[in-house]
Order: sequence, then structure tokens, then C-alpha cells
Amino acid sequence: MSTVYDGERGEFVAEPAADTVPLLAVKDLRVEFRTNDGVAKVLNGVSYHVDAGETLAVLGESGSGKSVTAQTIMGILDMPPAVVLGGEVLFHGEDLLSAKPARRMQVRGEGIAMIFQDALSALNPVFTVGFQIAEQLRVRRGLSRAEARKGAIDLLDLVRIPHAKQRVRSYPHEFSGGMRQRAMIAMSLALDPELLIADEPTTALDVTVQAQIMDLLRDIQRERDMGLILITHDLGVVAEVADRIAVMYAGRIVEQADVYALFRGPAHPYTEALLQSLPRLDLKGQDLKAIKGLPPSLTRIPPGCPFHPRCPRAVDRCHQEVPDFHPLPGDRHSACHFAHEMLVSGYPGSNPDKHSRGLSRGDA
Amino acid sequence: MGRYLLRRLLQFVPVFLGTTFIVYTLVWAVPGDPFAGKCGERQCPDTFVSLMTERYGLNDPLVVQYFTYLGKVLTGNLGETFSGVSISEQLLNSAPITVRLAIVALLIQIVIGVVAGVVTGIRGRGYLDNLVLVSTLFLISLPTFVTGSVLQILLGVEWGIIDPTVSAQATWGELIVPGFVLGSISMAYVTRLTRTSITENKHADYVRTAIAKGQPGRRVVFVHLLRNSAIPVVTFLGTDLGSLMGGAIVTEGVFNINGIGGLIFRNIAEKEGVMVTTIVTLLVLVYLLMSLIVDLLYAVLDPRIRYD
Repeated sequence: MSTVYDGERGEFVAEPAADTVPLLAVKDLRVEFRTNDGVAKVLNGVSYHVDAGETLAVLGESGSGKSVTAQTIMGILDMPPAVVLGGEVLFHGEDLLSAKPARRMQVRGEGIAMIFQDALSALNPVFTVGFQIAEQLRVRRGLSRAEARKGAIDLLDLVRIPHAKQRVRSYPHEFSGGMRQRAMIAMSLALDPELLIADEPTTALDVTVQAQIMDLLRDIQRERDMGLILITHDLGVVAEVADRIAVMYAGRIVEQADVYALFRGPAHPYTEALLQSLPRLDLKGQDLKAIKGLPPSLTRIPPGCPFHPRCPRAVDRCHQEVPDFHPLPGDRHSACHFAHEMLVSGYPGSNPDKHSRGLSRGDA
Repeated sequence: MGRYLLRRLLQFVPVFLGTTFIVYTLVWAVPGDPFAGKCGERQCPDTFVSLMTERYGLNDPLVVQYFTYLGKVLTGNLGETFSGVSISEQLLNSAPITVRLAIVALLIQIVIGVVAGVVTGIRGRGYLDNLVLVSTLFLISLPTFVTGSVLQILLGVEWGIIDPTVSAQATWGELIVPGFVLGSISMAYVTRLTRTSITENKHADYVRTAIAKGQPGRRVVFVHLLRNSAIPVVTFLGTDLGSLMGGAIVTEGVFNINGIGGLIFRNIAEKEGVMVTTIVTLLVLVYLLMSLIVDLLYAVLDPRIRYD
């Protein structure tokens, strides 16, 4: 599965055994939310992995389970109502779900850090930004107050906040939206994590600021050779920064592929529909192709393939049989009965040959 | 900030004038003869009454009396009662005891109330939560004199753990049980307020962030969660301290404490208008000062709040 990246990342792999163990691997994660209204099957066997220096984009509609997967990895699910039914979260091969609370706390921040969508509510309103960054260094690294403050200023500098020395004393509400997200990134980097999970980091920001934040994240990731899981529903963002994409639907991964391969030829009708719903310059003036229908209610996921009620390719088999998440040529996976046919027949859609992403790498 | 403070302090002036005038008028409007019973079994001789009336200016119109009183107060002379006792001296004797009692009550509220509130708020539904909810409801519905009398009889008379009444010195130790009685109702409110505030905030995004950062659990609770949940509790405690000072009449009565509460009660009964006016005005000022401190504390607790 990870062999594709051996050529590029080989130099970082010290032990021969290490290249078979990804930085983070999520295996068959199953999570339910039990409420008075019934049981919502939020994750139904999610598996993905990410290596050091790699960016995995997790794509999907609201409620597809992207964030819940991330929260399960971090161990910050509200339990109850959430119940983890099974699966593994392997960080360097160590299962975090069965780890002791003290060990989990140690991994948070130092091994895996997370940034959230709405930085205004995610930062504590009553403490200065500097305090919240320095706190990491003081409590986790045992630095003195003065050292930690210096560290916080350096981190604010790193995320390109101007006048960091003065800004370290500001409260979150005194920052602009983009600055708050930068401050949050600074906070997440305080303990130099190996993996960063960014849960829709740019959704609440305006477009120019979005681009700046994505650039910043990409630069930092490259500098530190950090793994990055980017949770988003923005295909544009994905195309720009991701190495690999995992598409989620109704608590499952329905397709996983290299970013170039996926944009050139999706192997799942849902991915195809997502790509077709993008506005395109060469189809100016035409109606956007929206995906018909709504995602299924997680309390009543339809039998068979969960996407079949909205799928233009659905046949009888799709109503009964849940498709396996099976491997395809070119190190990609799909959970569609017709994945092979889709790849062979080609994709009539969004990437003409002259598209930069389409040209830059050949696959499948 | 400075302008805000000045504006708030200036507001004290009309409130001071208003309360003194209203209380002065009310006490004078109470029917009855201030000299009844002043001379033992017999009625006071006319000469005494007219002398006193002359001396205290009781025949002057109310407004004149009020302004005479006000003038004296502003020059620092609080005057004396009809029996010739200096009011300021009496106040200086009683006030420290009441302040001590109020502090004991406040500490009990904070220690028991906040701890119970935090524990139940974090644990959520369960045996302990129900126990606390029922016992606070019980405390809230009990009038102070019942709590006071029951504890006095049980602890003081039946089991002999404490003295049933407090001595003239009113030491800190002696004031623990009266402090608990005085603070019991507010303590129950503090518990419930803290519990609600913690319950509301414990699922807040910034708490989740603190956990995701890898901060230890007790730091998440005691630094991140508690600081945000403290705002309504501090408001309540601040204004409550104001009312603890004046609301001790019943408690001081039950335990025979020589504080402000007892003083005001006796002087209302004896129609000592000047004394009553002075004490009530003092209490109003304490209350105003406490609410000013609370308002200033807001900005310390929540930096998003700005004055001006």
C-alpha cells in the first residue's frame, strides 16, 4: 500500500521494518452515537493511513464522519453519546484506543496535534494567545515562564503573525479570523508533533486568507516532514495540497487514491459526482451538476451500498450487497461494484488533458 | 476604565441622598412615641419629653430635621441616640463582628458550594448529583431561623459540641456554625449555579481544545473550565456578600451575636430614627460598593468585557 512512496521517502526510513509501519493507521474504526432518538452509526469501518511528510485529504459531506474519525484518533469524542465499537488507531504501530489515559495524553500535542475549524471558539476566550501557547511549553516541556513566553513569541513568528512580541499579550477576540487560525496552528506546533490533523482549518475564513493559511500549513509540513491529515469538503483545497485523498460517505471510506489519479479518473460514482459538481470555466453558463438527494440518515443507512439511492449507476446488486473496499491497480481503493468498469471506460468529466494536474503524472 | 469608575462612584451620591431621605422619612412615619418606656414603669415627665424634643429638634419640619442630620453626617458626626450613646461608637463595636460573620459565611459558601458544584457539574447525572440537588433544595426551602434553631438545639444543647450562644468577643471559631446558618441558603444557590455553569461549559470547544492539546485533566478543569464558569458565580457571591452584611438579623438573633443585625433590630423597636437611618445607609453603601467591585471583576474574569 505504501510502496508507492518508498522512492521519495526512503531516505527517512531508518529501520527496514519501519517502512511497513505507517505513521498513523486507522483500521476498521466503528463508532456509534447512542441518543434518545436512536443509534446513529457514525463510523462503519473506516480505514486509512498517513506517512511522515505526507498529506492525506479526507473529503466528504457534512456528517460523513470525517471529524468523528479525527476525534476518535485524538480521543476527544464525547463519550457518551459516542461509543467506540471496534477498530484500531495505530500510531507508529501502537494502538491508541487500548492505551492508558496517561499515554494518550502524552501522544496528544507531542505525537498528534489537531487544529479546529472555528478558532474563535476553540481558543479559550479568557486567556491570552501567548498564555495558551506557552502553557504547552510550561506544562508539557517544563519550561520556565520566561522561556515559555519566548517560545510562544517564536512560534507566533513562525506562523507569520506580525509584531509577535506585542501580539503574544492579545486575547483571541482581539485577533482577526486568519490570525486566530495562525495562532491555533502555532499552538499545535508547540510540541513539534509528528502528525497534524487539520479539521476544516479554512472553512470559516474568507478566500484570500484561506489560501494564506493553506500555504502556511504546506510550508510548515514540508519543513518539519510532518504527516498532515486535512479534513475538508473543499475540492479546490484538496487539489492543491493533498498527496492522497480518502473520500468518505456515510461513515465509510468509499474511495482512496493518489490525488492525480483521483482527479483524472474517479473509481467511485460518488467521487465522480463530487468532481462533476465543481464549477468549471469551460462549461460557463450551464447549470451546476449537483448530486441529487441527501446523504442517508445515519440512524437508517440503506441496505447494500449506502450510496445507491443517489447513484446514477445503481443496479439491483447495489441494493443488496455492500461493496467491499477493494484494491485497484495503481495503489488505489474503491468501494464500488463497478470500480473496474469506471476506470476502464474512463471518466468523461472534469480533467481534460491540458489540465495541469492531469498532465503532471501518469497513473493507472 | 477610569471614567467608568468615576461615573460609578458619582452615582453613589444620589443613591446616598435618596436612601437616607427615604429611610429617615419612613422611620419618622412609624407611629408611636420614641420616649414611651424610656422612664421605667412610669410615663416620662413632660419636662423630659419637651427637653428631649427640643434637643433633638423633633418639632422641626421633617425636611429641616433631615438636612440638619445630613449636615452633621457630612462633617463626620453621626450623632447619638436618645439615651446619649454615640452612634459611631456602637457601630465600631458591632461592625467587626458582622464583617467576621459575613466572611465566615462567604468562605463556607465558596468552599462547600463551589466544590460541590464543580464535582456534580463534571460528573453529571448520578447518585451524588441527585443527593446534592435534593439537599440544596432542602436548604433553600428552609427559613434561616429554622436552620439556626435546629443546629443550635442539636449541636449546642443536645450534643454540647458548641456553645449555644456566641460570646461578646465573637471569635472566628464561635462563628463557624452561625456562619453556616447565615450562608446556607446562598451556599445552596452557589452549588447549583456552579453546577449549571460547569455543565454548560464542559462541552465547550475550548475545553475540547485543551484536551486535544494534551493538557492534564486537572488543568483542563481547574484552569480552562473553571475560569470560564466562575463568572456567574462570582457575580452572585459579590452581591451576596452585600446582603450577608445586612441580612444577619435572624442569625444574630438566634445565636445572640452583637452585630449590626442585632443593632438594627433593637433600634427599629426603640424608634431610634437616626441610628436606623445610619445603619441602613451604611448597608446600602456596602451593597453598592460590592456591586461595583463585581462589575470591575467582570473585566478581570472575562477580557472580552469592556467599559466605556
